Amino acid sequence: MLPTPDTSHVSFDTIYEPSEDSYLFLDTLASESESKWLAERFPQQSTSPLVVEVGTGSGVVLAFTAAQSQQIFGRRDVLTLGTDVNRNACIATRQTATTAIKAEQQPSPQSIHTSSLTADLCAPLRPGSVDVLLFNPPYVPTEDLPRLPSAVDNDPATAEAMSRSDKFDNDSYFLSLTYAGGADGMETTDRLLDAIPGVLSARGVAYVLLCKQNKPDEVKDRIRAWGGWQAESVGSSGMQAGWEKLVIVRIWREDQ
Amino acid sequence: MKVITANFVTCAVKECKTSPASFPLHFHDAELEQQELDFQPEFIRNVIPRIDWEALRATANELGFPSLPDAKPEGQALENEQTLRDLHRMLLETHVSEGKLVCGNCNHAYTIKEGIANFLLPSHLGERIHRPETQWVTNASQFE
Repeated sequence: MLPTPDTSHVSFDTIYEPSEDSYLFLDTLASESESKWLAERFPQQSTSPLVVEVGTGSGVVLAFTAAQSQQIFGRRDVLTLGTDVNRNACIATRQTATTAIKAEQQPSPQSIHTSSLTADLCAPLRPGSVDVLLFNPPYVPTEDLPRLPSAVDNDPATAEAMSRSDKFDNDSYFLSLTYAGGADGMETTDRLLDAIPGVLSARGVAYVLLCKQNKPDEVKDRIRAWGGWQAESVGSSGMQAGWEKLVIVRIWREDQ
Repeated sequence: MKVITANFVTCAVKECKTSPASFPLHFHDAELEQQELDFQPEFIRNVIPRIDWEALRATANELGFPSLPDAKPEGQALENEQTLRDLHRMLLETHVSEGKLVCGNCNHAYTIKEGIANFLLPSHLGERIHRPETQWVTNASQFE
């Protein structure tokens, strides 16, 4: 088994702790079938792929993809970029990625983590720029969807000035952003899916994790109905009454 | 944030995406840091094709790097080690630690602090999709 990136430097007060869904992501990307597919999609002589993870949290998935790029893509010249609405998660991801790359890719060539950006989904990304998009969303169905944080919420001075109970509320709010998905657990994922055709390159591919309550089969049908797009389940875990609890769906353009 | 990032980002305001003035974003008051990285000529050769050269020339100029060639290096020019070393240094070894990225269309300035750029929009510029704030209860059983 390929090593899981070290996240011992991460404080999980406001950041999602790597869990079953994170590990399903690692196992799926490193699986024989998926790494074969990716290596064929991004052959060694082609332009270096840009791998973007949206909502990186601790950065464990992006760091793994960077550090195991030889196993996953059959090449090491991979560029990574992460976004998260929580600035703490961006700081954590930067360290998780650079540490994992250093640990796994000596001597060079090494993958390169270009940046961690505080952002809503792919909002600041240049259209057509992303080759591989990874998303482990807030997928739990909840009555309401937490508001998006603002620059003020992410200002370190704001947190420093807080009382203990305000800090607790603030931490709970940021944690709610990591799991609360609104109606069907799909409100944030739906916005990400809407952004996919615009942000992916011609050879681009997205991996999105869904839980059973997100109705994965309906989601895949919806994507296929865009016209020119494919969607397939390529990883799953936790069988329950004949259904997988979690699945990872690969989404890509049919004609390259 | 490595300098190459400027080639991958644009204004987060939806209406700006279609405006040519929103790319590249313009660096203001940028503080740069150099972090040494092994020189990987093959990597740089594979990265160059994905670079928007005009945008990179503008970025290099704003950050005070020597002028880049008019045209993107191709063919024989990719064998020139000095060219590759210069690009390696600028794109991958140089970090922007503090400063701003400003949209040429709407003039919104995105702040970079300790190397992390903040692209979250003030509410008057963002999408109005948010609901009133509510109480959040962690309930693990919702996963089951």
